[in-house]
Amino acid sequence: MKLYDSIELAGRNLRESVLRNSLTTLGISVGVASLVAMLSLGIGLQQLASRRLQRSGLFDSIVVTSRRNLRSFDREQEESGPAPAESPDLNEAARLKIENVAGVVEVYPDLRFITEVRFEDKPHLTMVAGLPSSSKDGDSFEGMQGRFFSSEDAHEVILQKSFAAELLGKSSRGPDEINVGEVAKLLLGKQVVMRYAERESSGGQDAASYSVISREMPLTIIGVTDLDPDSMRGSARARLFIPQKLIEGMHPMQAYDMRDSNGVTSGQPIYSNVVARVSGAGKVQPVEEAIKKLGFNTFSILDASKGLQTFFKIVDSFLLIFGSLALTVACIGIVNTLVMAILERRREIGIMKAVGASDSDVRGLFFAEAGAMGLIGGIAGTVLGWVIGRVINFGANIYFQRIGIPAEKIWAVPLWLVGLAISVAFVVSLVSGLYPASRAAKLDPVQALRYE
Amino acid sequence: MIRAVDGITLQIAAGEFVALLGASGSGKSSLLNLLAGLDSPSAGTVIVENQSLSGLSREELAKYRRHTVGMVFQSFNLIPSMTVLENVELPLRFAEVERTKRGALALSALERVGLSGRLKHRPIELSGGEQQRVATARALINQPRILLADEPTGNLDSRTGTEVMELIRRLNESLKMTVVLVTHERDLAEKYADRLIFLADGKVVADQPNPARATAGTKP
Repeated sequence: MKLYDSIELAGRNLRESVLRNSLTTLGISVGVASLVAMLSLGIGLQQLASRRLQRSGLFDSIVVTSRRNLRSFDREQEESGPAPAESPDLNEAARLKIENVAGVVEVYPDLRFITEVRFEDKPHLTMVAGLPSSSKDGDSFEGMQGRFFSSEDAHEVILQKSFAAELLGKSSRGPDEINVGEVAKLLLGKQVVMRYAERESSGGQDAASYSVISREMPLTIIGVTDLDPDSMRGSARARLFIPQKLIEGMHPMQAYDMRDSNGVTSGQPIYSNVVARVSGAGKVQPVEEAIKKLGFNTFSILDASKGLQTFFKIVDSFLLIFGSLALTVACIGIVNTLVMAILERRREIGIMKAVGASDSDVRGLFFAEAGAMGLIGGIAGTVLGWVIGRVINFGANIYFQRIGIPAEKIWAVPLWLVGLAISVAFVVSLVSGLYPASRAAKLDPVQALRYE
Repeated sequence: MIRAVDGITLQIAAGEFVALLGASGSGKSSLLNLLAGLDSPSAGTVIVENQSLSGLSREELAKYRRHTVGMVFQSFNLIPSMTVLENVELPLRFAEVERTKRGALALSALERVGLSGRLKHRPIELSGGEQQRVATARALINQPRILLADEPTGNLDSRTGTEVMELIRRLNESLKMTVVLVTHERDLAEKYADRLIFLADGKVVADQPNPARATAGTKP
């Protein structure tokens, strides 16, 4: 029998006992729906986690250090590649080279120094760091009061709220007790005076000869952050931020300048480390490889996030197992329905055999019925799972809003999941049809025709 | 072990109209099932057109039932969920005949049995005689050379029974089809068959030309 004939006859048979077959198909769709709902939540949570991490700016950043500094992050990097003394300097030329690596969006030197900041004639000691304008899209500035820098070299400053509180003499309080709106109201628009040491090259080839000039710079407070944008730096984290171009133009004396004073470089500045931002988390690894080939050491959070990916794989497989349970029950439903159908259609099978149906024709017919139920159940189940996912997402967001977390998409049904769910339903149904179909095919026509 | 058919040796010539007679349980239907390739003997062979059925695989037996024999049953055995036309077309599906050709073939088979209306009706909407005509059309659709009829008039009144028997006789004569008729009605057998074979307890007790039709002459 040709395939379309099998399908047509199968369709007719399914319509004949429409209630029973619909219930079986419903069983499959519930199974598939649970699978889709579980997996879509797993995928959604994973996407949410990586989205948040991405926005934190940590996942698309690579910290590049010179091997000369002997400050690498892991031993493996120390052992491979050029010896520290032969490796290139991390200077402006190197920065341009790194910027030309495919996938790199920007490269900026990580400039920071400890200095004295005066506010209303009282001195305060803190770490100052440059902040590129690209970082304003990051999560770290969520809940910030005021605004971001008006330009890359504006004489403006953004304060971390604990430092802002310190300026106001409220330093004793813990970070959670500081109301960012309250402190911002008192500080925005006011001026601080920052003292810093400029490293001025005295000319000539000898980098060792430079002078240090003490300077002062008035800065306007334009923003107070609620979070800690520099948290990745640990104890070296800054609490006062100025535009990246401004800090570069200041040529501030860096801690490592002292160490390099007996070095062999030209007059241009050498950075202790630069940060390379890449166009997406997926680019981190190839870019890291490319930068390592240039002779530098690299470090990215992605290295540390591999554990997170493993964790999500485990979560996904658990969700998959739970989702599959319902599908297994549905498969037993298919077997049951088809075995019942054999009993009911015994005589019909006998007639078909008497008029020339072969075993494989009968088998094909039952296969087609199982497959059709699987396919319809798979499609319906995917839709149902999608709806369930949406409802869970909706409910979760209502809860999030109540506890003050911004709404998030915790559920995702990618196209591959749709394809996977439908084909799994189809294949699993065919497998369930295996036993009933072969039982129907082996039916003795004489006995089947005698059956009333 | 019950021997439904025991030690029977008989030969049926092409184009012959044979009646298998006997009381119920005499083994006549079992013999018909053996001829139809629906059943296989535990010992002995059935040879049709120089081919032993016992040597055929299940797949080949299905093909044999599809092309060589056509069957008509007492209880018509139409599929209730299918229309008249679909029932007649059913063997064509198994024979993988092109979908476009099926309608015309089914129509001509139905015309041959004198039933060209009511094509979209379901079997239950037809009279017994009409249902048996549909079943006969279905048996003819693949142009088999042998027609096996198992009590075809058993569920019919005498008038429609006669009509159906006339039809089968016509097919035997016009298409030169070999007919094996199973019946327990001796009158019917004597009226239409060329040869009468009497069975009892699975054995042939008599095998004779039909004296009532001797004037017409036995066929080769």
